[in-house]
Amino acid sequence: MSARAQRLLELADDELILGWRDSEWTGIAPTLEEDVAFSSIAQNEIGHARALYELAATELGTDADALAFDRQPDEYRCAQLVELRLMDWAHTIARRYLYEEADRVRLEALKAGDDAELAGLAAKIDREETYHRLHAEMWAGRLRDEPRFRSAIEELWPYALAVVDEGQRAELARRTGLSVDSTQTVQRGQHTPELAELWNEMTEVRRSAPGATW
Amino acid sequence: MVFEVFRQEKKGQPFTHAGSVVAPDAAFADAWAREQYGRRGESEALWLVPRDAVHQVTEWADEFDLKYRRVDGYSIKERLRIARERAGTTPA
Repeated sequence: MSARAQRLLELADDELILGWRDSEWTGIAPTLEEDVAFSSIAQNEIGHARALYELAATELGTDADALAFDRQPDEYRCAQLVELRLMDWAHTIARRYLYEEADRVRLEALKAGDDAELAGLAAKIDREETYHRLHAEMWAGRLRDEPRFRSAIEELWPYALAVVDEGQRAELARRTGLSVDSTQTVQRGQHTPELAELWNEMTEVRRSAPGATW
Repeated sequence: MVFEVFRQEKKGQPFTHAGSVVAPDAAFADAWAREQYGRRGESEALWLVPRDAVHQVTEWADEFDLKYRRVDGYSIKERLRIARERAGTTPA
């Protein structure tokens, strides 16, 4: 597999798995208004994953659904940050905030990159991310002084660093006011058992009728 | 806090009341109203007004029954019929 296809799968897997995790809040978010907003953001992320899978699929001679659902859990290239099953709102918002900051650094680099097709898609995704950032910053601002939120940020920070390339980590630390040195980055390539559990549920319907046309 | 949401569908049109959002402050009201009243491109602009900022008027004094000031004080239908008959323009 080319480096480009691997890169596209990293991006797409991050967006798909985070979209999937965030959609677990549909129906149980803290308020009705937030439920609508959070579910919509989760759907957007899955939409971004679809567009990225399609780019990868053209190169790999397959289709977006096959890439999203027909690989084994250990073939997914997402960062561990997005696969963690977070059971409280403070952690969920801490992840959204850290992911949005990391994604922004990453998208800016992609938009300025040599790959015109990917740069164009990154610009399109970035326009939709404006709302996600507004949402994440608003929540982070509100919870900033809450001890539960502070400790969630510290706990998830080593995971967030792996979302971006090594060369982008100092910039991510500068933007979030956190430090690169004090932590051990949880690198991509390894997965938690939580990804396999998520995968089981996510692919269950598709696996129930292999080869079906939906 | 309750924020009343007014929606403008197209540029130049008046804002009409669309509903409300419950939010802790204006920033949250902004983010949540965008999702509920604008994500499908159905709004040109929104006005978010804290319900407390709305001065409501519901009391109307009419102690002397000044019917002639009200639109329902007149029955114009009968007079119109007579006037039309006189002018010979009764509609078919």
